[in-house]
This record gives sequence, C-alpha cells and structure tokens, in this order.
Amino acid sequence: MRGVQIPLDNTQKLRLERALERLESLSSKANSDASVTVADTIPVNLEDGVLKGHGTSEIEGSVVATVCGVVERVNKLVYVRALRARYKPEVGDIIVGRVIEVAPKRWRLEINFSQDAVLMLSSMNLPDGIQRRRTAVDELNMRSIFEENDVICAEVRGFQHDGLHLQARSQKYGKLERGQLLNISPYLVKRRKQHFHHLDQYGIDLILGCNGFIWIGEHVEAKDDMVVDQMDKSEQQSDESGIPLTYEQERGHTPLETRKYICRVANAVRVLSTLGFMVSVEVITEIVEMSIALNHDIHEMLGPEFYVLVAEKEVQRRLSTKKR
Amino acid sequence: MEYVNPEGLRLDGRRPMEMRQLRAEIGVVSRADGSAVFEMGNTKVIAAVYGPREVQNKSQQMSDQALVRCEYSMANFSTGERKRKPKGDRRSTEISLVIRQTMEACILTDQMPRTQIDIFVQVLQADGGTRSACINAATLALADAGIPMRDLVTSCSAGYLNSTPLLDLNYVEDGAGGPDVTVGILPKLDKVTLLQMDAKLPMDTLESVMQLAAEGCKAVANYIREILLEHTKQLEVRRGT
Repeated sequence: MRGVQIPLDNTQKLRLERALERLESLSSKANSDASVTVADTIPVNLEDGVLKGHGTSEIEGSVVATVCGVVERVNKLVYVRALRARYKPEVGDIIVGRVIEVAPKRWRLEINFSQDAVLMLSSMNLPDGIQRRRTAVDELNMRSIFEENDVICAEVRGFQHDGLHLQARSQKYGKLERGQLLNISPYLVKRRKQHFHHLDQYGIDLILGCNGFIWIGEHVEAKDDMVVDQMDKSEQQSDESGIPLTYEQERGHTPLETRKYICRVANAVRVLSTLGFMVSVEVITEIVEMSIALNHDIHEMLGPEFYVLVAEKEVQRRLSTKKR
Repeated sequence: MEYVNPEGLRLDGRRPMEMRQLRAEIGVVSRADGSAVFEMGNTKVIAAVYGPREVQNKSQQMSDQALVRCEYSMANFSTGERKRKPKGDRRSTEISLVIRQTMEACILTDQMPRTQIDIFVQVLQADGGTRSACINAATLALADAGIPMRDLVTSCSAGYLNSTPLLDLNYVEDGAGGPDVTVGILPKLDKVTLLQMDAKLPMDTLESVMQLAAEGCKAVANYIREILLEHTKQLEVRRGT
C-alpha cells in the first residue's frame, strides 16, 4: 500500500479483498469508530474534566484532533495515537540507526526522528571493554569504532539540552555488520520486552528497532566483558596448538545458506510492511516457514501470489488468537 | 466566445456551479513520509512531504518553530505543447510561495521546533486550477505524514464569464481572460487563508463568486476527509492489535 503496486490478477485481487474484509470484521467493534482525521471533533464529557494529550487541541471549547489516528482514552486523558508518523522516542527504546557524522566526542545518527540523535563517546563501552576516562587519543580514534554510514544498534537515553541522546553500554549494542537494514513505518513495531532475537534455526539475528529500522544479519555471539577476558586467555593457549584463523578468514565469510535466510526474512518483513500488518518475530518466522514449506524461491516471496497468501495467513492467525 | 450555452451548460458539459470529478490517493511515494495524488478532472498533481526532519541549512534553523519549505514544479509533459521550462521561473516561484504560506498557516509549527518540513508538488497534467489542486494534494500528503495541523486547508477556484459565476475553471475557461478567483479556506474554522484574483471584478459580483469558490472548497474538504478517514481506518484494521 505504501507506493508499491502489487500486480494482482483477478482471482488474486478477489482473494486479497476478501481477506481484508475478514480482517475488518475481525477487528473489535468498539474501536471501529475511534478513528479521526485532522480537525474532527472528539466527543468528550467536559463536565468530568478532560486532559488533552498528544494530537489534540482546543478550539472554541471542544477538543479537536490535529492528526489522523485513533482516539485513546486513559481516565481523564484523551489523546490521538497517530499511525503514520515519524518515530517518537521513549527512554529505554532499542533502536537501530545509521551514522551520518562523526563530530567532536560524539556521533550523529539518523534514526527516523525529527532530529538527529547523538551518541556520545562517553556513553558507550569501548571495544576493549575497559572502564576509564575517554582521552583525546580515544577521540582521535573514533572512526575506528564507528564510521559514517555504519549501522548501529543503541538504546534511547533521554533528552538533553542539545537533543536526543543514545547510549550503548553493553556488548549487545554496537556496530551491526553483514546483514540487511530495512526501513518500515514505526507504528508497525510494537514495544516489547525483547527486541533482539536470535533465530537459531536460521543462524541469524533479528533486531526490531522501535524506530522502524529493522536489522537482519548473521548471528554474532554476544560476549560479556568478563567472559571475554577469560576466553582471550584460553584462546591464546589453544591457538598455539591449533591452526590460527586470521581475522579476515574468521569474520569475512558468511555461508550462502545464512545469506539466503537473511534474504528470506527480509522479504517476509517487506511483504508484511507493504500489507501494513504488525511486524513481530512470531509472524516473521511463520511467514518464512510458510515460504519454505511451499517451496517458494526467495524472489517469489515478493510476487503477488505470496502477498495474498500472507494476507490469508494473517486472517487465520487472528481468528485463532481470537478463539483462545 | 460563448462559455455558457443557452441551455446553461459549459464547454465541458458541466453546469456553472458544478465541480469536476475528484479523485485522491494516499501513499504513492514509498520513500516519502507522506504523499498523495489529487485529481480534479483532468488536472492531476502529486505531492510528497518529507519531515519533520533535521534542518539541512543550520542557519535557517528556528528554535521556536519548524521551517516549512515548498517546491512547485510542472512536468514537461503536463501541458498541451511539450516545453522545457527552466526550474525556478517566476510563475513557479510565486506558486511555491503561495503554497508554502497557505500550508504554514495550518501546520502547528510551534510543536516541532528546530525541524524542517519539505513539501514537493508536481503537476502531472495541467487543465486549469493547478494551484488549488496543489494545495489539496499538499494537505493530503501532510495529513498522511502525521504532521499536526489546525485544520485541513482546501482550495478551489471560481470565475466569472458570460455574466455567470463558474465554479472550478478548466484550462479553456481559465484562458478566456476573465477573472479567476482562487480561494483557500479552513473549513472547520470557516476562515479564508488564501485569496487570489487576476483581472478586475465588481465588488458585488466578487462576493457571489467568492461564495461559490468557498462552497467548492467545502465540497473538496468533505471528499478529502472521507478519503483520510477511510485510509486511517484501513491502516488500523490491517495493523490489528
């Protein structure tokens, strides 16, 4: 639906329409009239006292929406949850971003927010894992950590006077390599406890950034700082005996099988976001498994037939969750 | 020349107070934050909105409100004769300015300080009333981008030919040399944000012509609202819980 025209033949068109109609009938009736557009009056009971939240304003004593979305009410608070909009950061969100500038003591990241985010050199762990003051030498070596156009995973730290600050104080954050970055609408990603996923069966990592940036890459073992130290020692001993792997050999090669799985997962996300369905690990794995079970090639996943199948699958999934 | 025949029909078979067929589509540019195509009869305009995003030219950044920029262009193939127009000619600069000012009046710029909003509109088919169509398309695209607005600005033109007020002039009527009044209103607040007129018009006729254009704007507003509501519902339904 976002600028992508799916070339459907007649039967496929009918099936897709039918699937979407069923989705409509499945969605809860109470919420169906809560959609508002810009300048719609939101019915409220003024006697109870109303707190106007995001996406609302007061015109001539009545509460009016200023964005398109769904009206949400929490006690006295009335706000409009915008669907299509840029990402709104919340403290603690896990996000994926791209470095656009290396500035003094900080990196600037594009994260689909209205401003660029800032990752300070001091708010990230150094690769050697040592806790110390950042010196001028560290500052000069910043490009050895992240360069322009690198993809990075980090956490939202909060707003400071000079904008949105991020932090990456754990081994699981940091540079992302050997994978694909996808950019979808942030409203399709739900905030959950877990945003890092290791799909064991495919050997890949999946990061669903709250900002709508989705990373699919080869699995890398996240190592704890303490463990690293011990392991380094043991490795040094073992390396002497065994055949030492050079850095290039060890890190520069991704098996074809893994690469194929990365593309499969990426295409599953593409299909879901084009259809406007919520993107979550469960749904993604279901779709990838469906494509494998149906013996679809990777490129066939972006064909019209697969779109219809995904839509029909979504209907079934929502039916089964409703029954429970 | 006769623009309204004795039966009261115009050159393209419309009644004087009849508008052309409207059609709108949301979400046509995949990389944009918001986008829309708006058609009024044979006039077809595409609009794309990027932002709110980081201000590109730091010296233009405003600490209390958003910077709104607009670029209007006409595709080479949009008119009858194919002609190459230089970018930034007087006409397109003027229309860019008009659209920018109209949209800025309805965007709640103070909610997005230190940011920039870019609006790009391009005329794909020109058949009169491109100015109005551009404003309507830009409104839709802004609403699609989730940018907070006071109201949906809508625009419509009206003219006065053969001593009859005519709604929504097409290219031939536009070129007749009569007055062409373009009106932009905020339908909810019932305020005029844009009023342009070429040629002269007596005071009392202006009133009725403007009234007609305002009626047209309201009709456009109803249509845009319908489209947006349908779109929003569809997004919510598809997203599920």
